[in-house]
Amino acid sequence: MSPQPHSTETSTRALIELKAGNFTLPVMRLLGTDLDGLGEELAAKVEAGAGFFQHAPVVIDLSSLPEDSGEVPFPLLVGLMRGHGMIPVGVRGGNPAQHEAAAAMELAVLADPRRSQSRPRTVPRSVPPAATHTGPGRLLTHPIRSGQRVYARGGDLVVMAAVSSGAEILADGHIHVYAPLRGRALAGVKGDATARIFCRDLQAELVSVAGYYRISENIGADLRGRAVQVFLEGRELRMQTL
Amino acid sequence: MARIIVVTSGKGGVGKTTTSASIAMGLARRGHRTAVIDFDVGLRNLDLVMGCERRVVYDFVNVINQEANLNQALIRDKREDNLFILPASQTRDKEALTKEGVGRVLDELAQSFDYVVCDSPAGIEHGATMAMYYADDAIVVTNPEVSSVRDSDRMLGILASKSRRAERGDEPIREYLLLSRYSPERVARGEMLSVDDVKDILALDLLGVIPESQSVLSASNAGVPVILDEASDAGRAYADLVGRYLGEDLPHRFLEAQKKGLLSRLFGG
Repeated sequence: MSPQPHSTETSTRALIELKAGNFTLPVMRLLGTDLDGLGEELAAKVEAGAGFFQHAPVVIDLSSLPEDSGEVPFPLLVGLMRGHGMIPVGVRGGNPAQHEAAAAMELAVLADPRRSQSRPRTVPRSVPPAATHTGPGRLLTHPIRSGQRVYARGGDLVVMAAVSSGAEILADGHIHVYAPLRGRALAGVKGDATARIFCRDLQAELVSVAGYYRISENIGADLRGRAVQVFLEGRELRMQTL
Repeated sequence: MARIIVVTSGKGGVGKTTTSASIAMGLARRGHRTAVIDFDVGLRNLDLVMGCERRVVYDFVNVINQEANLNQALIRDKREDNLFILPASQTRDKEALTKEGVGRVLDELAQSFDYVVCDSPAGIEHGATMAMYYADDAIVVTNPEVSSVRDSDRMLGILASKSRRAERGDEPIREYLLLSRYSPERVARGEMLSVDDVKDILALDLLGVIPESQSVLSASNAGVPVILDEASDAGRAYADLVGRYLGEDLPHRFLEAQKKGLLSRLFGG
């Protein structure tokens, strides 16, 4: 059969389009390779999750495994996870041998945040820039206008009026806003990871605790306009309605 | 001692000069000796809107630099004896405005006038900060549109922190909100921020709402402050505004979409 000439005629409309997407997935950190008892542990966690893990794509994090741990029994692990309703989609962390074993189970090898070029998203940890109000202005009852910056050094900040978009409020400790928060709020700016942000009406442009931040676009629509607290869990910024 | 009023906004083109002209005329009409000063050095407009552009000999910068005295520079309005205009310089730049110089001129005006209206330039730079530094009252002109609201919010922050009253810890500048170019029809269609939306974001009391009106352009081109056009909605809204500023309790008009009757639709508004 003669080779088909390269067709110059365009084919029918494309069926797929490739684009990058961002997803937040639950990560299951594996702490050992002896999987005895993993079944019960998984069962307990899934029960506590109340349906959250049902058909949930889960990433297996291997970075907490001790150096000298043996092979990870992936077939058993994946089987157990699937048995409890999870959908293991990939692994992150771990060594190349483990990656090969994972790939054999058709698990993707995802980027390890500690080794990849992009650092965890933190605001540069420099000294907070000169603020217009500093010192014991811990309780403010007037609106914080666009362009104003308030820094509660060494303590918490309580604001009883609206924080306009374009305004910035910072504190070494916690931040409470009992009015619409439309600007940026940064708590624990000197590195206190226990600091929290509490607000009555979340419409913030950016929230940050100890440098870990999230911008407005990545704040779920279910949280917008609600009373929310923002805190750090390990290295994850969590947001919950109050 | 005069009350110094700054008409400011942050955002450009929202109606500061239109407002300054009408408020100054309105106050003067009610018997108060009023001076209105153009702080927009280099881009002066107030003289055009007031209709006195052909009578400018000396200007604000001349007075600051003591090249002329106030009496030589102030232009008396032809329509209203109580009203005087101090035009800006068109040839100098705003560095010519110094804090001390501006303070001296305002002090001198305060001796013989009841109200001094300062028409601020747009922005938050030197000209605008000079216009608001000595103010007792501030009328923040805002369009019902997001960038104007944010810029007004920024300006409110500056008024609260960079004025002389703020620096001295005196009673702060009294802030008033003026919502201009308001179209109730567009608000009803959801295209434009409503009065409540703006009040919610800026947390300010409303001094007045000026409806979008073709009469503003006509008045401006004719060199007549629009408050003198008593047939126009904008003119009447400005008259209400002056009344409210002076303490009268007047309801806000022009907030509802006008329902045109058959006859006015046939024969025009």
